[in-house]
Amino acid sequence: MFDLQGYGSLLIEGGKLTLAVGVCAMIITVLVGLGSSLCKLSDIKTLQRIAGLYTTVIRGIPELVLILLVYYGAPTLMQDTLNLFGIDIYISINPFIAGTLTIGFIYGAFATEVFRGAFMAVPKGQIEAARSCGMGSVLTFRRILLPQMWRFAIPGLGNVWMVLIKATALISVIQLPELMRNADIAVRSTRKPFTCYFAASLIYLAITIVSLLFQQWAEKRASRGIKRAL
Amino acid sequence: MDIGIIVESLPRLLGGVMVTVEITALSVILGLILAIPLSIMRVSSNPFIRLPVYGFNFYFRGTPLLVQLFLIYYGSGQFQEVFSDWGLWRFFREAYFCAILSLTLNTAAYSSEIFRGGIEGVSSGEIEAARACGMSGFLLYRRIIMPAALRIAWPAYTNEVVFLLQASSLVSIITLMDITGVARVIAARSFAFYEIFITVALIYLALVYGLIYVFKKMENRILGYLSPDSLSS
Repeated sequence: MFDLQGYGSLLIEGGKLTLAVGVCAMIITVLVGLGSSLCKLSDIKTLQRIAGLYTTVIRGIPELVLILLVYYGAPTLMQDTLNLFGIDIYISINPFIAGTLTIGFIYGAFATEVFRGAFMAVPKGQIEAARSCGMGSVLTFRRILLPQMWRFAIPGLGNVWMVLIKATALISVIQLPELMRNADIAVRSTRKPFTCYFAASLIYLAITIVSLLFQQWAEKRASRGIKRAL
Repeated sequence: MDIGIIVESLPRLLGGVMVTVEITALSVILGLILAIPLSIMRVSSNPFIRLPVYGFNFYFRGTPLLVQLFLIYYGSGQFQEVFSDWGLWRFFREAYFCAILSLTLNTAAYSSEIFRGGIEGVSSGEIEAARACGMSGFLLYRRIIMPAALRIAWPAYTNEVVFLLQASSLVSIITLMDITGVARVIAARSFAFYEIFITVALIYLALVYGLIYVFKKMENRILGYLSPDSLSS
């Protein structure tokens, strides 16, 4: 049953691209999440509202719809807008960039809540102590808040990563040759849909297991300076 | 921006809304029916009962829903003769059946883990009191553990239902005409990509926040005794 007829390497190649998309999207997720959580925690009402609107809207729309909107909708929107100014050009977006950006911005909304909770979990005394040592707000953020926040953020970020890597399968819809897309190609030539998709699912499962182990290691490392009750 | 095309396609999109709501509701109900016994098996002390459920949950939570959908819809074709012999092929031939089956299994795996957390959160005093009154086995689960566990799990279960509503958009990939499916057909024909997909996004937003509103209302009802207001009234 497990004869992939030489298409195993194609699936592995797809798996590598899936990981690449996942890692790039996760970097965007972390950056967007950090920025937007700082907006939510800031004293400026406008920034709070923008971040609030971003998380509310993104979490209410399916990933697939957003991917289709960005990949097919954004270029036509730009073309139509440029047409108004008399510029007639054809725009298309690279599926890797469209997919990575969309997934990154979607999960940035989820990471926002993770980071917000993590920043609030850092004891107030730490900030007061930093202030009394004469550190300004930027310095306090960089030296005190940011390093201590990670311990609280890692479990939540791990969950976001698990959902994110599975969501990358949706990019196959816009023809990026990642794991799912390559499994489709293998199915067309081998006529063994169950075997190929099952093999693909095992690669996703392997990524999940490795991620779980990494998360455990990272959690242990991030809290190595903390005394444990048990 | 072509407003005309949006107005023109609204009736067809609303037809898609009906399909999306139908598929989501069916999968939620069937998934719930599966998830409750699964969650009880998941906390069993017998490894032969616990581990198969653990494996099922691990597989369905560790792989993308799209893969599960393709495994069931396209993958079943590899076993066409076997399914025909068993008289099951006429079900697996239908995209609608495969969509419901994969969404149901997926949500059953996620929900049973949520309910497991609920069961483990039931205070041991309540269970001891029930045992002292002579309840055991099925009666204990029906009267004491499950009602308390479902209350604890309710907020997390709300999230799962919202995710399922959004995940149901994937059925458009296996040719079903839900909101996303209708939108893809209209957009491909009219080239009005952003007009249609922005409309669809707004429809989903309304559905999601409507659903959250209903579930919050239900939460107020079933968890009402915990709210501070219940003491004053």
